[in-house]
Amino acid sequence: MSIKLKALTKSIWVFHAACSPCNNCDIEILDLLTPRYDIERLGIVLVGSVRHADALLVTGVPNYKTKERLKKIYDQAAKPCVVVAIGGCACGRIMFRDSYNSPCAVDEIVPVDVYIPGCPPKPEAMIAGIAKLIKKVRGEK
Amino acid sequence: MKIIFSYLIFPGFLFSSCVGLLAGWVDRKVTARIQWRVGPPWYQNFIDIVKLLGKETIIPQGAAKLTFLLAPFAGLLSTIMVATITGLTVRSPLESFTGDLIVILYLLVIPAIGMIIGASSSRNPLASVGASREMKLVMAYELPFILSVIAVVIRSAGSIQLGSILNHQINFGSNLASWSGALAFIVSIFCMQAKLGFVPFDISEAEQEIMAGVLIEYSGLPLAVFKMTKALLLYTMPLLLVALFWGSSLSPLALIGKYTVLLVVIILIKNTNPRLRIDQALKFFWGPMTILAVMAVGLAVSGY
Repeated sequence: MSIKLKALTKSIWVFHAACSPCNNCDIEILDLLTPRYDIERLGIVLVGSVRHADALLVTGVPNYKTKERLKKIYDQAAKPCVVVAIGGCACGRIMFRDSYNSPCAVDEIVPVDVYIPGCPPKPEAMIAGIAKLIKKVRGEK
Repeated sequence: MKIIFSYLIFPGFLFSSCVGLLAGWVDRKVTARIQWRVGPPWYQNFIDIVKLLGKETIIPQGAAKLTFLLAPFAGLLSTIMVATITGLTVRSPLESFTGDLIVILYLLVIPAIGMIIGASSSRNPLASVGASREMKLVMAYELPFILSVIAVVIRSAGSIQLGSILNHQINFGSNLASWSGALAFIVSIFCMQAKLGFVPFDISEAEQEIMAGVLIEYSGLPLAVFKMTKALLLYTMPLLLVALFWGSSLSPLALIGKYTVLLVVIILIKNTNPRLRIDQALKFFWGPMTILAVMAVGLAVSGY
């Protein structure tokens, strides 16, 4: 495998795209940066600009407004960029499936690489998801 | 041949960027330990650079393409030159040329100017906010920094050559041991913090309010060049301060020790302060810091 992808898996810069979530997933994401989980030891940091990002964390159900924003944000990111759907809403729209303001799921807008279900998912679940993502990018079983 | 070697490999690009990236890791690790975390492994910054080199480079629509791509390199090249001149002088003080201190002072402004030009050409409103903040910050810290360098020049019998300033310190004891030198040293530590763009003076990059500010539109190779420039500055600035103020003994061990002490001071200031607003930074530099620097110049003139 190429050195490019290997370096990518060892230093994932994450941009957090919140598509109208209820903020529980976002709080759990912030937990990853705290001393208890400390995701920076794996080289993962949150960045402010989507141009720097290697991974897009999507939370929440896209509505008519955030749908277009999410598409735009994904187009602005420098490729290779992976997309992680965090929480039940982003994975499958759970109880908002038939809601009047929920036009589509996240994976109908951007190609999602990893789904991390839960409402909200525990930080351990997210780390396990990221570990699986790294394996997938590296092409391991 | 020797010149190319010294600019590209030994005290120049390769060596100083490796040391700078390692120092950047020390910064991240110590920050993590202060916050009771574990922190990244030692090769993290190298991997970041390699990764950025492999990413796509995006040029925003409507941006001035050439300026946008060339601006990072201006900063990188000038920082390499400063690193080489300082490194060669510290290794053998007699090899320096007359007026190299002025060349260094000019070249050290260029990274900031490169950032301003790059950000302004990217056609992003947040980047232009960052550029205007960076411009104000440059004007704020240059005055006390140059005044404190003038204090050093006066103490070393009016020499504007880094090598003879070092020789003067080797013969008569370091500048830091005098009142004027100590005052100027304190001032230039704060100016160094602002030049490196660290908290409390990371106003132009403020991640939480203007999302990486000047760097917002950069990705891939140009972003890697900006990160390298930061790393090189993290190597060059403490080394320059050691040469200017603390140059009494320059054996490799003493040099590493002094560099580490300055690095720790930078990291501690970074971790114990919140970010200032730009007007507070301007007041801080043009108020107390300039007064201290003027006092240092006055003391140096009267021989203290």
